Amino acid sequence: MKTTETPAPLPAESGAPVTKTDVRPPPPVKEKKEGTVLNVFSHGVLVIWAFMVVMPLLWAVMTSFKDDRSIFSSPWSLPDSLHFDNWSRAWTQANMSDYFLNTVLVVGGSLIGTLVLGSMAAYVLARFDFPGNRFIYYLFIGGMSFPIMLALVPLFYVVNNMGLLNTIHGLILVYIAYSLPFTVFFLTAFFRTLPTSIAEAAFVDGASHSRTFFQIMLPMAKPGLISVGIFNFLGQWNQYMLPTVLNTDPDKRVLTQGLVQLAVSQGYKGDWSGLFAGLVMAMLPVLAAYIVFQRQVVQGLTAGALK
Amino acid sequence: MQHGKYRFIVGFLALPLGLYALFVIWPFIQSIYYSFTDWTGLSPEFKMVGFDNYSRMLDDDIFWKSLQHSLLFALLLPVVTIGLALFFAFMINVGGRKRKNGPVITGVRGSSFYKIVYFFPQVLSIAIVALLFAFAYNPDSGALNSLLRGIGLDHVQPLWLGDPDLALWAVMAVLVWSTVGFFVVLFSAGMASIPAEMYEAALLDGANRVTTFFRVTLPLLWDTVQSGWVYMGILALGAESFAVVQIMTTGPGGPDYSTTVMVLYVYQKAFRDGQAAYATTIGVALLVVTLAFAAVVMRLGRRERLEY
Repeated sequence: MKTTETPAPLPAESGAPVTKTDVRPPPPVKEKKEGTVLNVFSHGVLVIWAFMVVMPLLWAVMTSFKDDRSIFSSPWSLPDSLHFDNWSRAWTQANMSDYFLNTVLVVGGSLIGTLVLGSMAAYVLARFDFPGNRFIYYLFIGGMSFPIMLALVPLFYVVNNMGLLNTIHGLILVYIAYSLPFTVFFLTAFFRTLPTSIAEAAFVDGASHSRTFFQIMLPMAKPGLISVGIFNFLGQWNQYMLPTVLNTDPDKRVLTQGLVQLAVSQGYKGDWSGLFAGLVMAMLPVLAAYIVFQRQVVQGLTAGALK
Repeated sequence: MQHGKYRFIVGFLALPLGLYALFVIWPFIQSIYYSFTDWTGLSPEFKMVGFDNYSRMLDDDIFWKSLQHSLLFALLLPVVTIGLALFFAFMINVGGRKRKNGPVITGVRGSSFYKIVYFFPQVLSIAIVALLFAFAYNPDSGALNSLLRGIGLDHVQPLWLGDPDLALWAVMAVLVWSTVGFFVVLFSAGMASIPAEMYEAALLDGANRVTTFFRVTLPLLWDTVQSGWVYMGILALGAESFAVVQIMTTGPGGPDYSTTVMVLYVYQKAFRDGQAAYATTIGVALLVVTLAFAAVVMRLGRRERLEY
């Protein structure tokens, strides 16, 4: 900003508000100049950051189509030809298909579990008065802010003693438990906003509490369920710490874990292009989900910070 | 509404609360208890040792190093990230040129595009981001050094993650990269709810954009900034820093422990060294640091609440 070629109008700036009537003519000019310089500057900075965000991702995609030699000799050049074999090699030989399947199973199971159990607890906490309601609510909410790592050491032994270590269903149960705080928090607030009259009418008509919940309240809560569902999808798909500790069987690895392990072992095998293909493969589902459900993603994630 | 109410409540709460208690609350309580024992984690036998683990921790140089790094993560990282995000969000939402007959306050052209792009890294797994940057930082064939070579800086070829003085900063930069977009979107939402009349009044009084930012936008956004700060600090103390440090830096938390953080140290003591009790002790210290951090930020940030 210091290199501006028009330093003249700037000194007038501080005096401008005081002698408003006298300086009438100059302000528009000054404003325009200041606006232009600042606009160029702000646009410049915004473009640079956009570039810094996109470049590493593009670089990864580009690299995933190169052969190993050109990855090392010229990291920034475009691939000479598209090596789709990297992708198929990563998918089959580097076990990406297994990791992918494990991740889909774990995330699918825990997503459904989280939504069902989370909405059940949230519904009860939002709509019913009973002793201990507040206590249970804050017990759930408290889980959002304490460091998971502290619980992780004993958690390992709890899971181990139950014979759930290195199993898909064990991982699902733990994912659900750790997703509940935010899910309950979000859905409790959501159920409070829904009108009570419809549920009451259904109940008067003879529907049981559970029937009212599943047939009337849940369908009404769909927008909330979608928001919190996407939030949990991203969180669970991207989970790294829990599987690293609870899931050490090479056959049961999820994507993030598998990729990190692959990076370590690939250092010896030297299949960097395959590894980059795997990396891009793992990124695609979440980027696709983000682009499709952009508004809900942003809503869900920002609600998480504003607890 | 009374008929079968309690049976219903119990039926609906039992399973979620049970899972939560078993996998979250119970291990949490246990870990505080274990910090007073000499449990190795390998055998079921252990005995109480009082505060032995705690006094050992105070004499542990690596613990102090990890504490120092964690504090740096919790304090510096939010300042940089939130500062950048505030700047970007202001440019995107308020910094636009005034157009003829348009609204007084506009963002720059293409503001929604920026918001979409900036948010990208936030949806990626921190593990994948860490891997990607571990490659980018590679001194021989990484994207960064070859970029430096490309623009004629052949003699500037840092080791990045291999350099004890640089590794921690390189790791922190990755976290900034991946979180700025989230705060841009968060602050944008906050800025959108500030009434345009406030800006109009400020403009009529002759305020330029810098003044507008510090006198109008920031005070009205303060609550959001504060909770964002706490959120970022908790992340930086916990899961996020674990993934980046564990994946990106080599050996036991970087060259000569130069990047180790508390959460990584907990992991290593428990699952690598078979010192589960000592690990939980460091975990308790981490909990104390986290709570103290949140309390301090809330306390320092307290100001008169502005209603609008």
